Parts: sequence; C-alpha cells; structure tokens
Amino acid sequence: MDFFNDPNIALIWPELLLAVSAMVLLMIGAYGGERTNRPIAALSVAILLVAAGLVWIGPDEGLAFNNALVVDSFARLMKVLVLLGSAAGIFMSAAYSRAQHFDRFEYPILIMLAALGMMLMISANDLIALYLGLELQALTLYVVAAINRDSLRSTEAGLKYFVLGALSSGMLLYGASLIYGFTGHTNFEGIALAMADERTLGLVFGIVFMLAGIAFKISAVPFHMWTPDVYEGAPTAVTAFFSAAPKVAAMAMLIRVVYGAFEPATLEWQQILAFVSVASMGLGAFAAIGQTNIKRLMAYSSIGHMGFALVGVIAGTEAGVSGVITYLIIYLFTVLGTFAIILAMRRKDGAYEDITELSSIAKTNPMIALLMTAFMFSLAGIPPLAGFWAKWFVFLPAIQVELYWLAVIGVLASVVSAVYYLRIIKIMWFDEGEEGFVPMAAELRLVVGIAGLFVILYVLIAGPIATLAGNAARSFF
Amino acid sequence: MAAAGLFFYLFATVAVASAFMVIASRNPVHSVLFLILTFFNAAGLFMLMGAEFLALILIVVYVGAVAVLFLFVVMMLDVDFAELRSGFLQYLPIGALIGLVLLVELVLVLGANTFAVDASTVAVQPIPDLAEVSNIRAIGDVLYTKYIFFFQVAGLILFVAMIGAIVLTLSRRPGVKRQNISEQVARDPKDVKLISVKPGEGI
Repeated sequence: MDFFNDPNIALIWPELLLAVSAMVLLMIGAYGGERTNRPIAALSVAILLVAAGLVWIGPDEGLAFNNALVVDSFARLMKVLVLLGSAAGIFMSAAYSRAQHFDRFEYPILIMLAALGMMLMISANDLIALYLGLELQALTLYVVAAINRDSLRSTEAGLKYFVLGALSSGMLLYGASLIYGFTGHTNFEGIALAMADERTLGLVFGIVFMLAGIAFKISAVPFHMWTPDVYEGAPTAVTAFFSAAPKVAAMAMLIRVVYGAFEPATLEWQQILAFVSVASMGLGAFAAIGQTNIKRLMAYSSIGHMGFALVGVIAGTEAGVSGVITYLIIYLFTVLGTFAIILAMRRKDGAYEDITELSSIAKTNPMIALLMTAFMFSLAGIPPLAGFWAKWFVFLPAIQVELYWLAVIGVLASVVSAVYYLRIIKIMWFDEGEEGFVPMAAELRLVVGIAGLFVILYVLIAGPIATLAGNAARSFF
Repeated sequence: MAAAGLFFYLFATVAVASAFMVIASRNPVHSVLFLILTFFNAAGLFMLMGAEFLALILIVVYVGAVAVLFLFVVMMLDVDFAELRSGFLQYLPIGALIGLVLLVELVLVLGANTFAVDASTVAVQPIPDLAEVSNIRAIGDVLYTKYIFFFQVAGLILFVAMIGAIVLTLSRRPGVKRQNISEQVARDPKDVKLISVKPGEGI
C-alpha cells in the first residue's frame, strides 16, 4: 500500500496539510505556552495560504473515497475563496484579539479546523460526507463565537448559536434520512438517478428538510433569527470571519446539493428557494433600516445578500451558477474590507459599534472614509463598483429564464437597502465629528487596501473573474 | 418466531414508555434512571436484529459511561429543576402543535408511500448475510476500508470538541490551592498541630 501514490490521497493533500498542521501547532501551543501565540497565528495564516496555493495549482480532479468526495473546478475555486477568507479572518484579528484579551493560541487553530470543515463541505458528494464536514465546521464556529469567555455577550452568542445550530443539524439529518430511505443512496449521483425515476411525497419532504437545514447555515429567512444576535455578541474579529468564509462554503454546498443530488427535482426546490430568496431580500432590506449597531446592520445586510445570491441559484442555468460564484467572490472581498474598518473603530477606552461613531472618520482619516464609502456603494449596488456587477450577474440569468418577478423584487429590495448604506455614508461625511479613532493597525490597512482596490477597480479584472466563474460553473452542466 | 415478536413489542413498549418518563418525571435522578432503562431496551431491540455487537456497545458506552456521567452532573450541580420547569406548561400547547404537525407529516409520508424496498439491493455495499459473517466482522470489514474517510473526519470532530471544551472551561487562576504530594509526604510530624474545633464555631 503506497500512501503517497494513492489516487484518493492525491486529491486531498490540502486537507491533509491543514489537519496535520493544526495538530502540530496545537502541540507547540500546549507545550510552548503564551509566548507561542503570535508565531502560531502567523504560521496558521501561512499554512492556509499554502493550502490555497496547493488547491489552486493542484492539477488533479476527480472522485475520491468511493465517490464520497469530488474535486472539480467549482470545488477548487470555492476552496481557494474559503481559505483566503479564513486566512484574512486570522490576520485581521491579530490586534483586536490582543486588545480584547482573547489572543489564545487555540483561536487560529480552531479557524484552521473550521476551514478544513468548509473544504470538506464544498467537496462533499455524499450525504455522510456533507454532514461530517458541516458538523466539523459548525462545532468549530460555536466555540469560536464564545472564545471571549469572560464577556457575557460572547458566551451568550456562542450558546444561542449552538442551540439553534443543533436544531438545524437535526432538521438536515431528518431530511437526509428521508432521502436515504426513499432513494436507497447516500451518494449524490445515486440520489439523482433514483429521483429521475420517481419522486414521491416523502422525497419532497426530505428535500424541504435538507434545504431548511442548509438555509440556516447561509442565514436565509425564515432561518435567520440567530444571525443578528450572534453577529452582535461575538467579538468583532470573529464576526468578520463568520460573515465571509462560512457563508461562501454553505452557499457552495447548497449549489452542489441542488445541482448534484436534487437536479431531477428542479421544479420542487426552485419553489422553496424562490420563497427563501424573496423573504431574505425583503427582510434584509427593511429590517436593517432601524439598526444603530453596525454589526447588527451588517448581519441584516448579509441576510439580504444571501437572498440576492440565491436568485442566481434559482435561475438554474450555467449563467446563473456562474453569477452566484461571481457574487460570492465580490461579497467576500467587500465584506472583509468593511469589517476591517469596523475593527478599526477603537478609541483609547475600547471598541465602538454604534454607527454614529463613524462621524469623525471623514476629518481624521479621509482615505478610510473614502474606502468605506466605496464599500457601502458597492454593497448597495451602485455602478461601476464591484457590487453592481455582482447583482447584474445574478439578475440577468433570472431574466433570461423569464423569472421577471424575481428580478424585479430583487431590484426593489436593492433600492430599499440603499437607504441604510447611504445613511452610513451621510453620517461619515456630513455629521458633526466626534473624537477620532486610534490609528489603524497595519494588518487592517493591508486588508482594507486590497479589498478597496478590488471593489473600485473591479471593471479591470471583471474578464478573468468571469472566465474563472464560468469554468467553475461548467462542472455542473 | 412468535417469541421474537413478543420480545420486540415488549422492548419497544418499555423503551417508548421510559423515554416518555425521562421528560415527564419530576426528579432529575429518576429521569436519568429512566434514560438507562431506555438504553437497555434499545439494546434489546438491537439484539433481536442480530446486532449483538452494537447492543453491547450501547450498554457499555451509553449506560456505563454517558448515563453515569449524567448522574454525576445531575447530583453535582445544584439546578433548581422546579424553576426550570415552571414555564413548561406555558409552552406545552405550541410544542404539542409542532409535534402533531411533524407526526401528521410522518404518517402522510409513510402511509402514502413505501421506503425504497430495493434499498438493500441497490446499496453499494449491502449488509452481508449475518448467518455467514458475524456483525462485528461485517462492521470491521468496512469501517477501516470503505469508510476510512468518514471515520477519520468523525475523529477530527471529536478533536474539535476536545479543544473546544478545554478552551471554554480551563482557566489558570492564581492563588488556587493545589495538592502537592511530595510536600505532603515530606512533612515533619513535629510541625503538625492538632486543633480541637468546637462545633458550630469554626477556627
């Protein structure tokens, strides 16, 4: 048995790298004590980036472990995004975690393990593999939400997330068991084959329950209740991580499930997802208007954005999937940039989360104010910024398949949601300033700079990204 | 065969009844004891299916370790269960409604359809004939070969659970008195001072 030449192992080198290095780093941290905190954080960022590189150049594609895992161009692109998002999550939290006293060596290691779980979710081609990957990621996120255990709000966020997450896992498992019972397969290809023959009522129930479980993970209405509380309660650095990589992974998993396993039942899942999408867009647009805490506002904003992304999934065409992928790439960069600025909202006496506190920023740091304006315009979908193209690429496929009503509702929700994005811009530039914030940490500057360049100059790189997304979407058609 | 049917109904009835008592009994210690009874009956059901390995594992792991741990926790923690239970009746109607909806759905699903009857034939690796292979061997045949990936990922999940439990609960507080055995052993009997404490007064 040659381990290094095994065709199964050849496909999971990046995953193996993450798992083994997480264990090694844990040993270093456990024996090295507090002085290893910083080197471990730096090393884990480096390892995540190396893993992203491995995924990117890895020429191997195919099925592994009796079809339990699939590696295709879609999985590879999504894994690179998730790894970049996780690396940025650790990188951005460096100064914040020190200031809030949760800079423990376990934190970057847990995020590495979460990234591993997300990679397994993305590659899952089997109900068991999907559940195991999902649970690995979710369990890690519960712990990370409560990582600042001296803070009552952080532990409350962790507990809420855990209880509701366990409920959603239960629903997903119930659906998975029904699907297995009515098709006799756990493998996605097998399920699709069995579904093509016959779709009984029980199978539709299974689909509904599975989609409910997944909708919880992407925080789509009506399974969004945990999002604002967890976003607000968790430490801001953790919220920044939550809003980026796990959303991408869960959306990728949804695409794999509906286009892989449930492909013959397209009419059934389209109805469910259309409701979820419209409800998410609506709630994201209206509920965020009254928010004063910027983390809660971003939570509602993310609910709305998941609704927009779902429009592309519902379209059910290659252009639609490629649109969702583009949407996720743009969303990841914009949200990381925005949270880097939110993380920098600190004065000497602590961190601030109220949106009125941003009023000083235009005078004290006009460059950051300018970039924040770009991020807000992009989230609102104003051309020529990246966010406009994101929405363009998901609404256009919907119109092509004559889902006019969905596109119209989407555009209307987008207009309403512009209210609160514009309000932040108004507070920054036109309101009387308060005391300035302390200078931004170097790592946050770097993230804001990269994200800002991406958002503003998106038109220049739109071509290559569209090619990438198109290649990835072809995995399903 | 009649005896097997009789035992099935016996185990199943007792399992359901004691599972109900787990949530219905007032005393938490009784709840845990009923939980143990449920596990035993579930083990009996496994035994009837010819899965004696799973039956014994259930008893060893769940009764021997998990339920005993529950008992410890219930007895160690001073939780006011009467207070926890105070809102129970208030939420009962909505809980019962949701339960009823789920039940109706299940009945609809199972009544109108049958599960894939050929599931065992189309399955990639069907359960081998238990007359030829013992069930412990049947599990062993696939667990480390076909399902090695799932097995390893399950191990990783337990790994995360372990890290999480330590991260969230272990705290190194200064000034905590710890047992130092070598110091205790090296103690000179001459230094030991006996103080007679009067009841109710302390030192």
